[in-house]
Amino acid sequence: MNNTDIVRSSLKKRYAKEKRFKAYGILSIGLSLFFLLFLLFDITHKATPAFTQTYINLDIDFSHKNLRLEEKSSYSEKELFNASYRKLTSKALYQLFPEVKDRREKKTLRKLVSSGAQYDLRDLVIANPNYIGTKQSIWILADDDVDTFAKDLIDRNLPEVQRRVKDNQIAWIDHLQAQGKIQKELNTKFLTQGDSREPEQAGIWGALKGSLYVMLLTLILSFPIGVAAAVYLEEFAPKNNWFVDLIEVNINNLAAVPSIVFGILGLAVYINLFGVPRSAPLVGGLVLSLMTLPTIIIATRAALKSVPPSIREAALGVGASKMQVITHHVLPLAMPGILTGSIIGMAQALGESAPLLMIGMVAFVADIPQGFLDPSTVLPVQIFIWADSPERAFIALTSAAIVVLLIFLFLMNLLAIILRKKFETRW
Amino acid sequence: MSDLDLFSIVIVSTLIVFFLAQQKAKKWQMTDSGITLHSLPGYYGYLSALWTAIPALLIFAAWSFLEVNATSMLVVGQFAELQALDKSSLSLALNEIHLLAGSGGASSAADASINAQAAVLYLQYMDDSFLLKTSSVLAIAALGFAFTYWRITPATRARNSVEQLTIYALLACATIAILTTVGIVFSVILESIEFFKQIPITDFLFGTHWSPQIAIREDQAGSSGAFGAVPLFWGTIFISIIALMIAGPLGLISAIYLAEYADKKVRSVIKPILEVLAGIPTVVYGFFAAITIGPLVRDFGNYLRDIGVNLDIEIMANLTVSTESALAAGLVMGMMIVPFILSLSDDVISAVPDAMRDGSTAMGATKSETVWKVIVPAALPGIVGGFLLAISRAIGETMIVLMAAGVAANLTANPMDAVTTVTTQIVTLLTGDQEFDSVKTLAAFALGLGLFITTLLLNIIALHVVRKYREQYE
Repeated sequence: MNNTDIVRSSLKKRYAKEKRFKAYGILSIGLSLFFLLFLLFDITHKATPAFTQTYINLDIDFSHKNLRLEEKSSYSEKELFNASYRKLTSKALYQLFPEVKDRREKKTLRKLVSSGAQYDLRDLVIANPNYIGTKQSIWILADDDVDTFAKDLIDRNLPEVQRRVKDNQIAWIDHLQAQGKIQKELNTKFLTQGDSREPEQAGIWGALKGSLYVMLLTLILSFPIGVAAAVYLEEFAPKNNWFVDLIEVNINNLAAVPSIVFGILGLAVYINLFGVPRSAPLVGGLVLSLMTLPTIIIATRAALKSVPPSIREAALGVGASKMQVITHHVLPLAMPGILTGSIIGMAQALGESAPLLMIGMVAFVADIPQGFLDPSTVLPVQIFIWADSPERAFIALTSAAIVVLLIFLFLMNLLAIILRKKFETRW
Repeated sequence: MSDLDLFSIVIVSTLIVFFLAQQKAKKWQMTDSGITLHSLPGYYGYLSALWTAIPALLIFAAWSFLEVNATSMLVVGQFAELQALDKSSLSLALNEIHLLAGSGGASSAADASINAQAAVLYLQYMDDSFLLKTSSVLAIAALGFAFTYWRITPATRARNSVEQLTIYALLACATIAILTTVGIVFSVILESIEFFKQIPITDFLFGTHWSPQIAIREDQAGSSGAFGAVPLFWGTIFISIIALMIAGPLGLISAIYLAEYADKKVRSVIKPILEVLAGIPTVVYGFFAAITIGPLVRDFGNYLRDIGVNLDIEIMANLTVSTESALAAGLVMGMMIVPFILSLSDDVISAVPDAMRDGSTAMGATKSETVWKVIVPAALPGIVGGFLLAISRAIGETMIVLMAAGVAANLTANPMDAVTTVTTQIVTLLTGDQEFDSVKTLAAFALGLGLFITTLLLNIIALHVVRKYREQYE
């Protein structure tokens, strides 16, 4: 057998191997794509229940006696604020189900509506004082367990001990449903409220605002400092200088330091040494801007490098100083690249949570932060807090918060891509 | 008046100074035609403005940073009762004093508690401090203004001075990178030394028992306060190995396919889509790992155990299965790292010169033979560098392991079991309210030091390898 024959006889095997390898390639890309789709689908699927909320229609009796208000023609806002709204929903429920007499049963009956319903009623009465002394049919926010049940997420065939909705509650819900007194409405609280222990009352507005403050501070600090540092390193730094080399090594290494280490830095230096208040957007922004700096510096340097020397030489030729060349010509031309890099850096910072856990932004904060010093949390950390909560309804809320976060990230990246496409110049 | 007002005053007066000096320069230009200005009028404005604002703002920043601590120290100095307190109760007392002061001082003068008195004094000192701060900041600003405004002449090299000052400012910004590293090193090393004074370093590095709860009573069970970090190191490495076993082959083969087989159009669509995986926040992966993948892994583990019981395979029948598992965390982390390895490998594979491909093809090799026998060996250093960077990222990853791998310090080789990692322990030790000097908190800093050093070494080696490799083909 000569060499040609040996080769020929092995050809079939080799071609099969080639085909197999190609198939592995497609398979591994397919696996990654499948995982991405599975993740996105799974989270949006889990998020859908959170976009609606269950409301129960009740005939609320706003009599003076129930509100504990004395009878007069008008009330100040403070009087209305301090009136008693606690028993309104329970009384309406007892009226609907007069057969419920047992104390324990009454308690489970009361639990059909959200414990925060009284505050909604209070706001309603303050907005419409003419309701006082009348009987109104009002849609009241249901408890999260009722909500979960109404969305068919709790199996009614399970034994009673294994589900959070009891048998008698199911009977009441069915009764209400038959009368058309249960309905799902768009979940507005999710986008307008702060955090709450009750899933039906919890929203992401507080976390969104916290994220806004943190991002604002991060941008204000890291963008100018990052661009300035990059301009120095790229345009002014002397070559073969040990100090400049040290800076370069540091920037490259900081870009790869685990984010949690920045959290330790924030805790030890900002909070314990400088006494910056814990949990505040101020310290969050300080930590995240240190993290974002290397990204912005590296992106800016690449953008500065891509401006061709002919531009600089032309400007120098007509008598501009080096600083003028940079501020009048190089920086404006490099700006699209700098902005693209900065937006990507900001998107990373927006999704970051580990370092913020270390500086106390993981605390439960129900109030909406009003400034850089108020305790607050950010969206990714809110996701982490909710993911840890045992209530079933929080899974939907967490997923919905993730969807909101991903939408923000998507928009930021889209903006970066548009910027790049629109202003990209090939020299 | 508040800090913000003072700041605004400085800024507004700086603007005024700018226009004043600019006008002064313009006047020279207009009145005497014989005079030629060295610089454009604006530069005289910038020069005066910079000299007015920079020293004043530096004083302002330094004062604001130091005033709370300095005032607190002064207040403590006035009360023997406060001086007698130890470090942690003193910081508690100071917190209360700050709170009291923040709520407008003591509710009444009759309130006789030490803290209330201290709060009154603290408020008083803060008022004094603010007065002093305001006057010195404004004085410095005025001095700076006087120093430049009356000294500028048409011959002043205003542009050069402004540019030189700007370069110094740029250099200061660049120096922040060094300060950050110094800050990191400083914050972990000091506490770590404190920790190693209490726990011998050998116990920490080689001890196999981790239970950071310190017993309050001597006879308390389960609170031995052991700080053997081996289980944490193992958990970290174990999860990283699982992640690398997923991401390594997937990322590398995808990169090879995209670089060598896929046509340009497919490549330009697939690559950005896969890079979306790198842009998803880690907390999302953590949630996904904990809620979706974790239960799947648990069910699979239970299924395996049932088979083991039925077929009487001892090792499978005794399988420990939990919802929080190394496998769930590792799997998801692997998927997170895929785009990372993909783009790094893609870079180095594309950097292999076409001449080598052509040579191999001319010898009659199939494409896959070219890939495995020529391209991969040539790109190997770069690929290894990429893998090292990926490992460093896996070791430092926090959210996925925190949410999906558990906190139980198990020394186990069973991927279905819960393990804990260095990062998880840092978070659990440092979140929550506790005094800052306890061994538990110090342990977190020691772990942070280990983490920082490990990732730093990995990065340095990886960057070195990649750079060496690039030089080869340039």
